[in-house]
Amino acid sequence: MIKAQNVVKIFPVKSGVVRAVDGVSVDVARGEVVVIIGPSGSGKSTFLRCINGLEDFSEGHIIIDGVDLADRKTNINKVRAEVGMVFQQFNLFPHKTVLENLTLAQCRVRRRGKKEAEERAHMLLRKVGIQEKAHEYPSRLSGGQQQRVAIARALAMDPKIMLFDEPTSALDPEMVGEVLDVMKQLAREGMTMMVVTHEMGFAREVADRVIFMDEGKVVEVGTPEHFFTNPQEERAKLFLKQVL
Amino acid sequence: MKATHNTWPWKLLLAVILIGGAAGTWGAVAKIDYQWRWNRVPQYFVYVAEEAQKTPFNGKVSSIVKKNGDAVVTVASGSQRVELTVTADSLKVTENEDIFSGDTVGFAKGWHLGPLMYGLWTTLWISAVSSVFGLIFGLVAGLARVSKNYTIRGLAITYVEFIRGTPLLVQIFIAYFLLGTVFNLSRNVCGVGALSLFVGAYVAEIVRAGIQSISKGQTEAARSLGMTKFQTMWDVILPQAFKRILPPLAGTFISLIKDSSLVSVIAITDLTKSGREIITSTFATFEVWILVAVMYLLVTSLLSQLVFYMERRLAVSD
Repeated sequence: MIKAQNVVKIFPVKSGVVRAVDGVSVDVARGEVVVIIGPSGSGKSTFLRCINGLEDFSEGHIIIDGVDLADRKTNINKVRAEVGMVFQQFNLFPHKTVLENLTLAQCRVRRRGKKEAEERAHMLLRKVGIQEKAHEYPSRLSGGQQQRVAIARALAMDPKIMLFDEPTSALDPEMVGEVLDVMKQLAREGMTMMVVTHEMGFAREVADRVIFMDEGKVVEVGTPEHFFTNPQEERAKLFLKQVL
Repeated sequence: MKATHNTWPWKLLLAVILIGGAAGTWGAVAKIDYQWRWNRVPQYFVYVAEEAQKTPFNGKVSSIVKKNGDAVVTVASGSQRVELTVTADSLKVTENEDIFSGDTVGFAKGWHLGPLMYGLWTTLWISAVSSVFGLIFGLVAGLARVSKNYTIRGLAITYVEFIRGTPLLVQIFIAYFLLGTVFNLSRNVCGVGALSLFVGAYVAEIVRAGIQSISKGQTEAARSLGMTKFQTMWDVILPQAFKRILPPLAGTFISLIKDSSLVSVIAITDLTKSGREIITSTFATFEVWILVAVMYLLVTSLLSQLVFYMERRLAVSD
C-alpha cells in the first residue's frame, strides 16, 4: 500500500543542512496499523508529512498504491485525495460549519452532489459521535470534538490510507480517550493507518507494528509486544524508560 | 467595578469642548464680518425651472383641457397627435389655432437636481467604479505578492511601490496628460483608472497581509484533502482573510471617496468641483464648503455603518 524507500529530507539551516529524515524505508500493507514513536525532533512527523506531499523529500521514493510521489508527472492532488491526514492542531475551517467542513472537499474534489455529500457527512458524524453538532461552527466545539470532526472530514473522502500526526498532543487529557476510541474503531474496521503519537497505550493496543525513529533514522521496528517488553536498541530502551 | 464608573463628567467635558470649539469658530467668523447667505444654497440641491414646451410638427390645436392650474394642449395634424402639459398661466395658444413645428405652446414647471447633487452623483459613481476595479487589481496584485514565482512577485512589488511612492495628484496628471493623450482616453476613464490603480496598490498590501495572517495549517488541511491551490485559496483562505481585512479594506475605500475629490483637477465635475463652481457665482464660500464637507461625511459614515453591520454578520463563526 505504502512503500517508502530510502527517503531523505534535508532542511537547510545556517550551519549547513539538517537531515530531518535520513534514509527511511518502510512498507505498510493494506489494513495494517503502523505507529511511529520517537523523541521530538526525530523526524517522525516530517516523514509522515512526506507521505502525502506536504513536505518535499530530497531523495528516495514513496510509492502509494503504485504511484511514485518522486515522479514529476504524479498529480499530487489525486494522491492526497486517497490519503487522509489528521493534524495535531485539527485545522478545521473556522468559517464553515461542521457539516460544511465535511462536504467542501467532497463537492470540490470528488465532485459529489450536495445531497450525497451531506448524507455521507451525517453518516460519518454519527460514526464519530457528534451528529448533533453538524450545524455548529468549530469554535463552539471542544478540542476532542474538533479532532473527531477532523477525522470525519478526512474519512469523507473515502481515503485508502489515514495518516495521524500526533492527533492527541494538543488535547486536554480528559479528551484524549474519545479521539483514541474513534481511531481504535477505525483500526478494527481494517483501515490502513500510520500514526505518529506519544500514546504508548494506543500503540501497544492497536498497532500491528511499532517503528521507533531517532535523528531521522528508523532505529527499531517490531511488534508492540516485542518492542515494549524487549527492545533491542539502546536508544529505544532509554526512550521507553523515560516515557513509560 | 470599572464598568460602573461614572462617565457623566467626561461626557460633559466632551460636550463643553465641542461646543466651545464651535462657538470659538463662530466668534472668529463674526469678527471678520462675513455675510452668511444660507438662503442662496438650497437651489443648488434642487430647483424649479420653466421649460418651453414646443410642438414637434405643423398642426392645429385640437383641444385645451384645464385642470388644477395645468393645461393639457393637444396638437393634431392628420394622424399625428401630441399632448403637451403646460402651466395654465403660461399658455400661449388658443383652441383651433394653426401652429408650426417649433412653436412654443407654453411653459412647464419641473423640479431639477442642482449641481451639488450632480456632483455628489459623480463622486459616488467614480468611487464605486474605482472601488470595484481597485478590489480586482488589489486581489490580483495581492495574490501575485504571495506567489512563489519571482517574476510575478516582482511585478506586484513594482506596481505597489510605484503607486504608494508617488502622490495621487501626480498619478492623475500622468494618467490624463500622458496616457490620456497617447491612447486618446476620456477624462472619466483616466480619472477612474488612476483612482483604481491607486486604491488597488493599497488593497494589494491589505490582501497580502490578510492571506499571510491565515495559519499554514489551513492550507495544509485543504491540500491534504486533495483540493487544488486555487480551490484552497478561493474556498478556505480568502473567505477567512476577507473577514480579517474587512476593517482596513473599509478604511481604504472610505479614503478613496475622499481622494476622489482630486479628479476635479482634470475637470471632472465631482462634488468638490461643483462646490468650487457654485462659489464662483455665489461667493458663499463658507456655506458651500461646509455643505460639501457634510455631504462627504454623510457618505463616508453610511459606508462605515454598512461595514460595521457586515462585520457583525461575519462574526457568527467566532
